[in-house]
Amino acid sequence: MSALATPVRRTPPAATRRTRGGVLPWLAVPALALFVAFGVIPLVGVLFLSFTSWDGLGEIQMSGLTSWRAVLGDPGLMHALWVTLLVMVVSWAVQTPASILLGVFLAGRQRYRAVLAVLYFIPLLLSQAAIAIAYKALLDPNFGLGAGLGVDLLIQDWLGEPVLAFSVVIFVVSWQFIPFHSLIYQGGVRQIPRSLYEAAEIDGAGRVRKFFSITLPQLKYTIITSSTLMVVGSLTFFDLIFVLTAGGPADATRVLALDMYKRGFQASLMGPASVIAVILVLVGLALALLLRRLGGRDANASQLEGA
Amino acid sequence: MESKTPSRRTFLSLSMGIPLGAALAACGTSGPTPAGGGASASGGNAANKASYWFLSVQPQEGVRTRAVERFNKANPNEQIAFTAMQNDAYKTKIKTAIGAGQAPTIIWGWGGGTLRTYVQAGQVEDLTPWFEQNPAVKDRLFASSFGAATIDGKIYAMPAETMQPIVLYYNKKIFDQVGVQPPESWGDIMALVPKFNAAGIAPFSLGGQSRWTNMMWLEFLFDRIGGPEVFQAVFDAKKDAWSHPAALDALTKLQDLVKADGFIKGFSSITADSNADQALLYTGKAAMMLHGGWTYGGMKTDGGDFVSGGHLGYMNFPPVEGGKGDPSNTVGNPGQYLSISSKATPEQKEVAKKFFATAVLNDEDVKEWAGTGAVPIVNGADSAFAASEDADFLKFVYGIASNAKAFAQSWDQALSPAAAEVLLDNIAKLFQLSITPEQFASNMNAVIGS
Repeated sequence: MSALATPVRRTPPAATRRTRGGVLPWLAVPALALFVAFGVIPLVGVLFLSFTSWDGLGEIQMSGLTSWRAVLGDPGLMHALWVTLLVMVVSWAVQTPASILLGVFLAGRQRYRAVLAVLYFIPLLLSQAAIAIAYKALLDPNFGLGAGLGVDLLIQDWLGEPVLAFSVVIFVVSWQFIPFHSLIYQGGVRQIPRSLYEAAEIDGAGRVRKFFSITLPQLKYTIITSSTLMVVGSLTFFDLIFVLTAGGPADATRVLALDMYKRGFQASLMGPASVIAVILVLVGLALALLLRRLGGRDANASQLEGA
Repeated sequence: MESKTPSRRTFLSLSMGIPLGAALAACGTSGPTPAGGGASASGGNAANKASYWFLSVQPQEGVRTRAVERFNKANPNEQIAFTAMQNDAYKTKIKTAIGAGQAPTIIWGWGGGTLRTYVQAGQVEDLTPWFEQNPAVKDRLFASSFGAATIDGKIYAMPAETMQPIVLYYNKKIFDQVGVQPPESWGDIMALVPKFNAAGIAPFSLGGQSRWTNMMWLEFLFDRIGGPEVFQAVFDAKKDAWSHPAALDALTKLQDLVKADGFIKGFSSITADSNADQALLYTGKAAMMLHGGWTYGGMKTDGGDFVSGGHLGYMNFPPVEGGKGDPSNTVGNPGQYLSISSKATPEQKEVAKKFFATAVLNDEDVKEWAGTGAVPIVNGADSAFAASEDADFLKFVYGIASNAKAFAQSWDQALSPAAAEVLLDNIAKLFQLSITPEQFASNMNAVIGS
């Protein structure tokens, strides 16, 4: 019970004040139970597996640090880590400006913008595997879009050249997730009090000035929320890359999650795969903490109260 | 509100769920109730229901499906539910299912290194006593196909379906159009490459993203240059076996072919599962293709009049000048393999054995397999060829298989899964020209015997 109570004690004062009645902590029990069942127990299991050697079929044998040494001494790990970080940074850099601009545009109340918002949202409703299969067919240099339309510019070895394949992954990821983040920004922009813009207009500010002086600063916390989702989410890109490029050509798009899958389920090396899983957890935790620090303590507090 | 926890939790469960799911299942369940998977055939409320997973590529899927349906019809009280899956997805799923104690009753496979891991984990039935009691079943089948089913002197799988040597296919129309002859040596191949490229046709089709497709090239080059001993040394875990001069020569020759634009543009993003590589050959975008015997059926089904009109040419891989290997040797799959899960119930095992004895490669099944343009691994199957519209191709394959001094099993099937994965990764890099033959050899030497 004490273990369950610990997080409650750490909650900010505002929350403890409300929970004095002693009822609210119990509301956390289902979520905590799920967290333990699907978060903590698997984590401990993977940590255990990382010190064993197991082919997925036979007996699990303790093997100490063998798997850790094998993975950490493998240049493939550094490469996969590098590709993962590259995907994370580049996809963030592509998605964020586009999402903000789209979000600001969609925040207007005109009906055609509402229709557009619905259209933009469609990619997010599709499964990543389906998107990957569709793009793979479209980009096929022999039977794809380019060959079908007879446009030479489109006839490239899209998924066969390392730089092109990486760019395609970024493009498809952005295509799918920009709508979602635009929606977040649309909500963020609509929360900005209109009085700020009215005051700025009286002072003679133009559209650009209003965007940079009011909209963008007011979206600070939305940007942090959206970035956290993008950055931590990018660690889990697997199905899209698996179907699109299978990590190829020659490891150019082999991210950590794919590396883990390949070692675990294709090479039957559960020990090294678990080591990579642990590394993924550590990277994810470090990033989440870093973003939280950047956002400051009040990042997740509601901004409406002060407005 | 606290929002860090949910994102962390989501992340944790996403990244950790998969391996641990398998781990927990493997530790926790030993129950004798294997799941049937998403069964797509069912026959009423049968008491004894066995399950069977296999590959979904047509036309083979149809033959497998009809064999099960005939069996289910003939045995109302003993039913088999089947699930068809794509090649690469199947390899992963079957392993995970077996590890989790959820294997289907009948496990479809390629024998060799993977079967060995099943045996070592005690997951498949020893069929040796059953074959001793049913000599008629055993004696009908090619003796050579039992090699990949035998681990440490015991038979753990029933060889089934067809033998599949790797064949060099070519498009006769394209050869006529460019005015050239099929290659009779490696030198001819290298000489043909610029001629086809000049005509705007890719010399070779290749589904390189699947990686094992690239491997077939190395299997032949190793054999033709150094003979079957070169890979045998790897299989026997001899130190530095990949650094054999013949191996380095083969790897260099292969990269020479890549550098000369021997393979179709974009080959490393083409998958074999979608049959796009076959389509390149029959649509005339590529002149030749090195691929398994099983693709004949696919080209016949999908290629319009390509096969029926006599435009498909086929030959054994040509010799390499100065090579030591016998040009009659071949590589590929000496058969497909059906094992019985040791976790199945006794009733399910009986159903499976009855299926093996009465439905697998019975006369009707043999006819169906021959109809796909492949040679069933049944002695005297060639007598069924005359009536077939594919008689020429069938005789050709039967001839290859019966004349071959060595019929090497596909490398990725012969090796352990761990070594095979490293092999396939390095082959992809070799074809991508991102590693040299020497780097390939040293990367592979590091996993010999693992």
